[in-house]
Amino acid sequence: MSILEVKNISKRFGGLQAVKDVSFSVERGAIKAVIGPNGAGKTTLFNLLSGFLPPDSGSVVYQDRPIQGKRPDEIAHRGLSRTFQHIRLFARMTALENVMVGCHVRSRAGFLAGMLNLPATQREDLAIRDRALEMMAFIGIEGLAQSEATSLSYGQQRSVELARALASGPAILLLDEPAAGLNMRETADVAKLISKVRDLGITVLIVEHDMQLVMDISDEIVVLSYGEKIADGVPRAVQSDPEVVRVYLGEDDA
Amino acid sequence: MKTSRFTPILTLSATVVVIQLLTLASGKAFYLTQLTMTAYYSLIVIGLCLLMGFAGQISLGHAGFFAIGGYTSAVLTTLNLSALKDAPLVSLLARLGVLTARQDLYGGQILSVHPWAACGVALALAFLIAWAIGIPVLKLKGHYLAMATLGFGTIIYSIVLGTQRFGAADGISSVPPFPLLPGVSVSGDSSQRITNYYFAWLLVTAAMLLVVNLINSRVGRALRAIHGAEDASSAMGIDTGRYKLHTFMLSAVLAATAGVFLTHYNGGIGPSEASIMKSVRYVAIVAVGGMGSIWGTLIMSVVLNFFSLRGYFGSFDDAVFGGILILIMLFAPDGIIGADLRRMIGKITNYKHRSSNKSQ
Repeated sequence: MSILEVKNISKRFGGLQAVKDVSFSVERGAIKAVIGPNGAGKTTLFNLLSGFLPPDSGSVVYQDRPIQGKRPDEIAHRGLSRTFQHIRLFARMTALENVMVGCHVRSRAGFLAGMLNLPATQREDLAIRDRALEMMAFIGIEGLAQSEATSLSYGQQRSVELARALASGPAILLLDEPAAGLNMRETADVAKLISKVRDLGITVLIVEHDMQLVMDISDEIVVLSYGEKIADGVPRAVQSDPEVVRVYLGEDDA
Repeated sequence: MKTSRFTPILTLSATVVVIQLLTLASGKAFYLTQLTMTAYYSLIVIGLCLLMGFAGQISLGHAGFFAIGGYTSAVLTTLNLSALKDAPLVSLLARLGVLTARQDLYGGQILSVHPWAACGVALALAFLIAWAIGIPVLKLKGHYLAMATLGFGTIIYSIVLGTQRFGAADGISSVPPFPLLPGVSVSGDSSQRITNYYFAWLLVTAAMLLVVNLINSRVGRALRAIHGAEDASSAMGIDTGRYKLHTFMLSAVLAATAGVFLTHYNGGIGPSEASIMKSVRYVAIVAVGGMGSIWGTLIMSVVLNFFSLRGYFGSFDDAVFGGILILIMLFAPDGIIGADLRRMIGKITNYKHRSSNKSQ
């Protein structure tokens, strides 16, 4: 049962065809990786899936409904959350507040409710805070709650961003290079975390350069090269695909 | 969390009372007039601080909304429909209390809009115009947004300056008092000076309470998120366009409210209230008070507005605010209420949520 189906999606920037006629599907509850050399179109693909770019053609069907061209916040409300390649935590807010923003889609208090701060709104806010702390505890960073988010170490910031995305209670999580800039131990922690996330029933689609991580945790792998899909299958099959080998020949992994 | 949020509000209320008693004791009761006007001007910067510091959007035309509030109220309450008093619509409105009969300075009969109704119209107008302007303009970023709001302010200024109906260069005078309760009204009448002072500061206190609540709420976090990293906030389900627009509209209504009551307090309004100079002044106050600090902004608003109204800046009034803006941008872009003082204020006001790991 696929939760996400990408059908013939294409995107061109001026003279550059960033993504060309890419199709694949993601099974519910699976961990699927998108890999490819630099410039292969992976982040563009993520932006197409999460509403940051409208495709030139093709469609993205999520939970049986088309979402291509929808705004990022609309897609987030439907249960698709993402993280960013270059960490985007909210400045001038604590780690906890950052994660509390993740709960935005699951709460309702608007301008009027916020200004009046009646008991019902206060209760909702406490629930948001509790859930945010839960998420941080799940990842193991609850001690960082009161720290200013942007003052944390790189690895800690990545964890906060993950907690924030999880706090929204997504059905599918898009992780854009979650191991980028992490050392081997931190990467191993990320791998464990992703498995824990999957155990919660959340589908994971991950863009990654770290081949070890990808091979270890993925159920399926899609390989992109110059915007086109060149392979799509289980890790062992993809690993021995001649086209994939050719494209990666001589490339050090991250 | 709740007790520490009320503490600064209570401190503010206490300070308001203390200051009034001090002016009484020191024989400087006339200071209350400038302090009352300061309160109304502070309403504008409170809204502007929310817009600039929290939602991260600049407005160089906010005096325009003040003018929309003040001029609408002035025009409607000085309208004279007594010649039409037998027309069906007019007599209906008079019977409903929307129109009120009163006497002008020379004993003549006037049938004008009741201040409460005029206030309602003024705020609704500000609300709608902010919505209409905001939709296209808030899609702009940085310099472009600044210029567009500058354009808006200039338009309003030109309209009030150039239209006979709005009194052109002379503005509108003879604006009647705004009745609040039997025997209590917003007016420049010196016998009502103390009451007016407290009413103005009551409005400011209420505004501070609402805005501080908002900042600490889900919406406040969403606004700060938009300001911090707009793409990421969108990915977290925040409709950034709608939130910026609503903040813009809220700040416009606050400015218009100030316009309505200050106009009744002063008994009139002139085109200078809509000028770019005023808009710059409001931005300067928010900048020097610290865009991210609503209390810092209020403090600086009181200090600067009071000094300005007392004439301490002499004929260099506008220059002072322009100079402040330049100096702040160069040397203290986060405001002059220093980091240590801000942390202290922050602890008291719970602005940075330091304390509340233990729920109450």
